[in-house]
Amino acid sequence: MELQTQQQQHIKLSEDSLQKQSTTLNLGPTHPATHGVFQNIMEIDGERVLETVPTIGYIHRAFEKIAERRPYYQITTLTDRLNYCSAPINNMGWHMTIEKLLKLKTPKRVDYMRVIVMELARIADHLVCNSVIAVDTGALTPFTYVFQWREKIYEIFEEVCGSRLTTNMGRVGGFERNFSPVFWSKLRDFVTDFPAVMTEFESLLNRNRIFMDRCIGAGPISAERALNYSFTGPNLRAAGVDYDVRVAQPYCSYEDFDFKIPVGTTGDVYDRFMVRNGEIWQSVSIIKQAVEKIAKIEQEDPSQKDVFYAKEADRYHIPPKTDVYTKMEALIWHFKMIMGEIDAPAGEVYHAVEGGNGEVGYYLISDGGRTPYRLHFRRPCFIYYQAYPEIVKDGLLSDAVVTLSSLNVIAGELDA
Amino acid sequence: MTNETLRQILTDKFGEQLTDWEEPYGMLSFRAPAEMNLKVIQFLYDEQGFNFLTDLTGVHYPDRTDEELCVVYHLHNLRANIRIRFKVYVPVAKPDVFTATAVFSGANWMERETYDFFGINFVGHPNLIRILNVDQMDYFPMRKEYKMEDPTRTDKDDEMFGRG
Repeated sequence: MELQTQQQQHIKLSEDSLQKQSTTLNLGPTHPATHGVFQNIMEIDGERVLETVPTIGYIHRAFEKIAERRPYYQITTLTDRLNYCSAPINNMGWHMTIEKLLKLKTPKRVDYMRVIVMELARIADHLVCNSVIAVDTGALTPFTYVFQWREKIYEIFEEVCGSRLTTNMGRVGGFERNFSPVFWSKLRDFVTDFPAVMTEFESLLNRNRIFMDRCIGAGPISAERALNYSFTGPNLRAAGVDYDVRVAQPYCSYEDFDFKIPVGTTGDVYDRFMVRNGEIWQSVSIIKQAVEKIAKIEQEDPSQKDVFYAKEADRYHIPPKTDVYTKMEALIWHFKMIMGEIDAPAGEVYHAVEGGNGEVGYYLISDGGRTPYRLHFRRPCFIYYQAYPEIVKDGLLSDAVVTLSSLNVIAGELDA
Repeated sequence: MTNETLRQILTDKFGEQLTDWEEPYGMLSFRAPAEMNLKVIQFLYDEQGFNFLTDLTGVHYPDRTDEELCVVYHLHNLRANIRIRFKVYVPVAKPDVFTATAVFSGANWMERETYDFFGINFVGHPNLIRILNVDQMDYFPMRKEYKMEDPTRTDKDDEMFGRG
């Protein structure tokens, strides 16, 4: 205790004081170990972190301000760039927010299609995070190995919407087009082959002595502190709180699925890693269930095969290009939507989805105009990153690095 | 716990001071006087189990005289699984609101962000400085008087882009 007070006094000493025993280290903003634009000014005593001051905002792009003069469908591209590791979840969350505002009900088939892409995105997000933890602990192989599979997920996204990272996927009411046969075959291949890869990934790391020594006990947070810091997602669940938006307040027919919420106990790096691994397995199971459910719907009613958006949403859903070129009505609506002449009703909506990092919330105030009056993104990264100084305090510098990657702070989401 | 019981509990506790009761899209929403925000948060936290601050943000209504700025709190009772929204309004000339950082550590950056973009002064905040914008900035960009486009440009008419 006495030692600590002595060291805290050292921080207050001026830079050139002879008594000063700690070092100021500027970690970031473009340090390779930070995986993004994060700056932390650390006061370190040898290898021990005494004090951390994070600086954020390096890639702030004023999305909330830009959103105030964009028609609703153009805001989808802004949500892509929040958490770009799982952009489809953000896209779907935004569409669902507008559907909530419009009081639209989407068909079950559309819901299940959305669940498939959202869970694929979650797998991609968690694969990036977990393999990067391995990189920071000195193991590059699992990273290169699973990135091949992240690539396969991106190929599936490409089949849905034509793009890979910033997907701009879907429309209000559903999707822009139906899933193609190539999509279904690629999805089938992925679901069949991926479990073996995941098993191998886990066998490389889960019981790896070096990995365990580096991760267990590093960067822990208690459930109480995590809740007080408004943690959500895998980081909260690793601390032992089983809060998952998919279960707590189901959206997009998640209540039809049977899945478990993995939870940890100590909230350290290893628990976060294990929770994400567990969630990947659950996501694979959810995708399988969704495929079955869609097959069942189509079997019962073959006309459902062509349902990829809610018919009631046709005033907000940009018509398929083939219709735009051949039908007058579709052409008119296409123009009206592209020119942003579609008004939404006035109202106030908060809608939350379970993103890769936690509760992604959209707080939308509409005054009845064609753009939002105010749109606020609840970005889980932004909220939990403020706990970083408290988590890494009194730990080792190398633990601070691995803690940062295990929290999965995504710069785009952090800075909005 | 339902919206009705919660409304009853809050009315019993604070009486007529809480106004504008609404339930848009199923979320109980009300308005509290600005100087009472901390009392409401503390009551909800201590006695009603709202131990999770989901979101804290600001809104600017330039047309409302003496209540131009609004601070919106979203709280969540995880056990009863119920969300609640409440707002306080402050004049833009004196935008003082008590900080919630003593109750929620997570409010720290959310309040800094709200200060950064709307200029709301959270009284008692331990470190109320800009967070996403540069320190040298001398205005609050999310207020409605700051247009998206460069104000010196005349070739782009806001009317044509959705909002005047």
